[in-house]
Amino acid sequence: MVKVEFLGPIGKASIEIEANTLAEVSKILKEEEDISHWLSQCAVAVNDVMISDLDFSLKDGDKISILPPVCGG
Amino acid sequence: MELYQGPLDIKEIFGRWLEEESRANYGAYIPFVGTIRAEEGIDGLSFDIYGPILAVWFERWQEIAKTKGAKVKMAHAVGDVPIHTSSYIAAVFSPKRRVALEMIDAFVEDFKANAPIWKYDLVDGKRHYATDRSTPMSGAGLLA
Repeated sequence: MVKVEFLGPIGKASIEIEANTLAEVSKILKEEEDISHWLSQCAVAVNDVMISDLDFSLKDGDKISILPPVCGG
Repeated sequence: MELYQGPLDIKEIFGRWLEEESRANYGAYIPFVGTIRAEEGIDGLSFDIYGPILAVWFERWQEIAKTKGAKVKMAHAVGDVPIHTSSYIAAVFSPKRRVALEMIDAFVEDFKANAPIWKYDLVDGKRHYATDRSTPMSGAGLLA
């Protein structure tokens, strides 16, 4: 199982899912009605490191963060 | 990096930073302060921050600064910040002015684009996500 957390304004509680790669996470999240429309705007981190490879391998207990558009300052 | 609940005490923070670096032999100090303007009927702004990734982002900037003999510092507010108070201060300390002038620009722009901070307008005590002012981070859309 991996944990997926949704940061900032997405406003959804974390979920736990079975996934071996980020591509599998993508497939699952696309089916979540309240999340799918955010995905084109969101960046992704695994265990607090930003990731840009959909084939990135996941292991049991990994934390995946979904980061919507930002505006600090 | 410093995070505070509510508005920043800019004078205390920058005064302390000046004191910390008073004997470091830097020739240029350039602060950038972000203050909440009264516009479009807002009472203030509110911020969410994801600390672990912000810390990684900031660490990278400290390394960049080090390669130029400079130092960068920042503080940001978490939660509600009323109009006419400050939510952000960054400063670059460098041996000579050119490095500090260029680095404060690059730092603040990258901060706007890639620091994991979310901004909300505060109106009648409610938070409204600042969608139109927000920027997707590098690599956004990977899961789409």
